[in-house]
Order: sequence, then structure tokens, then C-alpha cells
Amino acid sequence: MATTGHTLKAFDEDLEQLRASIAEMGGLAEAAISNSMRALVERDAGTAQTVVEDDKKLDALEAEVETRAVQIIALRAPMADDLRDVVAALKIAGLVERMGDYAKNIAKRVPAIEQSPNLRPLSLLPEMARIVADMVRMALDAFVARDPVAAGQVCARDRAVDDFYNSIFRTLLTFMMEDPQNITPATHLLFVAKNLERIGDHATNVAEMVYFAASGSRLGEREKGADTTVGG
Amino acid sequence: MADDMILSEAVRHERPDPVETERKMSAVGVSVWYGEKKAIDQVSIDVGRENVTAFIGPSGCGKSTFLRTLNRMNDTIPNARVAGRIELDGEDIYGPDMDVVQLRARVGMVFQKPNPFPKSIYENVAYGPRIHGLAAARADLDEIVERSLQRAGLWEEVRDRLQESGTALSGGQQQRLCIARAIAVDPEVILMDEPCSALDPIATAKIEELIHELRGRYAIVIVTHNMQQAARVSQRTAFFHLGELIEYGETSEIFTNPKVERTKDYITGRYG
Ligand SMILES: Nc1ncnc2c1ncn2[C@@H]1O[C@H](COP(=O)(O)OP(=O)(O)O)[C@@H](O)[C@H]1O
Ligand SMILES: [Mg+2]
Repeated sequence: MATTGHTLKAFDEDLEQLRASIAEMGGLAEAAISNSMRALVERDAGTAQTVVEDDKKLDALEAEVETRAVQIIALRAPMADDLRDVVAALKIAGLVERMGDYAKNIAKRVPAIEQSPNLRPLSLLPEMARIVADMVRMALDAFVARDPVAAGQVCARDRAVDDFYNSIFRTLLTFMMEDPQNITPATHLLFVAKNLERIGDHATNVAEMVYFAASGSRLGEREKGADTTVGG
Repeated sequence: MADDMILSEAVRHERPDPVETERKMSAVGVSVWYGEKKAIDQVSIDVGRENVTAFIGPSGCGKSTFLRTLNRMNDTIPNARVAGRIELDGEDIYGPDMDVVQLRARVGMVFQKPNPFPKSIYENVAYGPRIHGLAAARADLDEIVERSLQRAGLWEEVRDRLQESGTALSGGQQQRLCIARAIAVDPEVILMDEPCSALDPIATAKIEELIHELRGRYAIVIVTHNMQQAARVSQRTAFFHLGELIEYGETSEIFTNPKVERTKDYITGRYG
């Protein structure tokens, strides 16, 4: 970040507001992830319903970020790191909004799973969700702090999420083979794991944008953490 | 000399890559003084043949001064002194064999305020070719005038009133007339010092479009205080500050990812 503010103070305020909206979105997405997981573990349809309802706030904030960003581009003609910041904010808002959609999708499965016997891989899911929520928070913190190093660390954690997904996938497959009655609930849980894995990917994409905005260059393929999940 | 320049990675353009275009002019360690005051300090820069090169920087940083060294316009300013070497196609333009009148035909100049002669439109354009002996007969001269006005995008607007005074044209038309005048002597390089600063946005857009069309035929160097204009018309941008060349690189890089903090502060509006 440049040491001095813009000669035009209103420009600084515009950019600050944009960052604040993005940070707020990140907080909401993080909450949606942990709440949907809590609803799943505690079989709490009420909490699940709240997650679904709250997703509207994320949609509204994304629209707000979009409007603000377009206004800044039109009225302030941002250059260099300012321009990269605004472009990153636009893309990050879209990514975080979709994280909310994935969390909402998890919450929507809660009533369907409520009835089923307790499947063992469920214990792996909350751990996976914690890591994913952590990645989301780190990525958004890195954006607010314009910290490319922290952004790189987020990408490095995506591998762990993929590993979680792969073991959950295999375990659920075994359950399905053991007893056809498990197929429906196991499929729901598989989707839950897949949703978490996608959120992890999106957090990684956010981190890549943060890295680009802060440094002006892109993370190399190596640091990016290629997709290592099975079954797509 | 290339050490202190920031050469950035190549990006795509519809025309030849600006990094790879042949060098047309080259300045090496150029300094300029006005009396005791140093206005340009050890500037080294290459100007590409197929490029529009933009000079940007805060007012008073020496853009015009440096631009004027490229066709020895500073010679006409009392107590201005130039040191260093400037080459046009490898030839030292400050060398003893250089004919300055000839040089200024090869390296033409367009100024901030349109300055047509108080003569007819035709005469404004015909004057240069005539004194440089470029036209043997009246018909040749007519042809040069028409071609120059066409290239300057002015022909359709003035073809029926070539005998009217150049000063009767609008500001934007006057500036295009000055560009036609520069073109008429068949230059290799055209220097423009804030050519749009006295023009409204429409006239400015026409000049910018003209610059775009002239690119490739002439090497163009433009001084502008309007960064958006530099971004729109140039392939390479040089940022000057306090008489020094701070950063020089591809325009697309300079405006999205400048390497030097001072450049960034200036183009993002954090200067001063
Ligand atoms: N003819 C001159 N005599 C003395 N000083 C001059 C003259 N022209 C320019 N200067 C000084 O040289 C510096 C650079 O001026 P100039 O090249 O006009 O800057 P720019 O075009 O970037 O605004 C300024 O400090 C200016 O005052
Ligand atoms: Mg000037």
C-alpha cells in the first residue's frame, strides 16, 4: 500500500468503503460455513433455515460492491495498484457470493439428513469445514491488509482440503457399498464435502486475486495448488 | 544505459511489438541547463520507429525541455545548454555535419497552442515544402498540400476553402493544420508538446485518432499532462520527475503495474 493517501481524499474514502464491504461479505460467508456445519451436526433445521435466509445479505452486498466498483472506475479512473484493487474487489465479491451459495446448499440438505442414521464420516466434515472457513477468513484478511505473503499461505492450505475431500469420498463409497440404505444420506454428505471443497477452491481464487492486486504479478502454477481431488 | 530503464515484458498489440520496433532516436546521458539551473539530468532513452512514445510527469519536470533536445529547439533559447548525445538513425544530431534546418524538417514539431501562420490554409501547408525545395512545379505542391491535409484528417473540411486564412479555423482544425504543416515536409519523427491542452474533448479525440493513424508512418513523441491521453495513444510511456527519467516502459505496464514508487504515486494521484 502506498504510504500516502490520494491528493483527492474522496477517492481514498471510495476505496475504503469498497474494502469494508468486501470484508463484511467475508465475515458473512465465514459465518454461513460454520453455521451450516453446526446445523448439520446438531440436526438443527432452524439454524439451517437462518443460513438460507442470510444468504440474501451476501447477494445484496455483492450488488453493492459491483455498483461501487463501476462508479469508481467511471468517476475516478483508477490506475496501477488502485485499478488492480478495484478489479480484484469485483472478482472477489463474486467469489464470496458463490461461497455463500455453497454454504446455503449445505444448509438445505440438513432436513434431508435429519432422519438418517449417524454416518461416521460426519465427524470428518466439521474438521474440513473449520479449515475451509479459516481459509476464507485468511484470504479476506489478506485482501484488507494487501498482504501477498498471507495470500500465498491460503493457497498452500488448499491441498489439505483436497485431502479431506478424498478421504471422505472413499469412506462414503464404502458405506454405500455396505448397505444400499446408506446411498441417499451418503450422497447428501458427499455433496456437502464437495461444497466445502469448492469453497476452498474459491478461497484460493480470492487469495490469487489478492496476490495479483498487491504485487502486480500472478502466483505461479506451483504455488497455486492444483486440483488434487478425485472424481472431479 | 538500459540499466536504469525498466524494460518490461512484452504484451500483445495489433501492430509490431513496441519493444521490438527498431529504434529511431536515441538519447544517451542527456543533460540540459538554463544558465546555472539544471533542468534535465542524465536522461537516456530510445524512441521506437513504430511507436507513439508519451512523456508524462508533473509540470516543470522538464518534459518540454527534453522534447526540444530531440530537434535542437533548445538552440533557439538563449542560455540553454545541452550535453550528452542524441542520435537520429545512429547519427549524432549535435554533430558538426548536422544541418539544423534539415534536422527540423526530419524531426517536426507541433506545439501546445495551435500556431498557424496568418496566411491561407494552402500557404500554411505549402510553405515548408517550398522552402525545402520539395516541389518542382505547382502541381507537385498542390499534391503535397492535399496529401498532407488528408493525412491530418482535415482535407474534407477545408478542400473548398484553401485560400481562407488558417487562423479562421476552429482550434482543433488549427491544430490539425499544424500537424499537416509538419507532415508536409515528409518528416521521420513528429514531436508534439501537449497538442490537445487548448482543445475541447471532441477536438482532442480527433487529434488522438489522428495520432493513431499516423503511427507507423512516423515515430511520434508526445508530451502530455493528461495521463489518460498517454494511456490511450501511446505504446511506451516515460515518467519524468525533477529533470530525471524515473521509469520508461510499456504503456500498459506503466499504468497497471509501475515498478517505481514515484511513478505509482504520480499516476495514482498520490503525488505531492
Ligand atoms: N527558457 C527557459 N529559461 C529558463 N528556465 C526554463 C526555461 N524553460 C523551462 N525552464 C525551466 O526548466 C524546468 C523544466 O521546464 P519544462 O521543460 O517546461 O517542464 P515541463 O514541460 O515538464 O512542464 C522548469 O523549472 C522551468 O522553469
Ligand atoms: Mg511543457
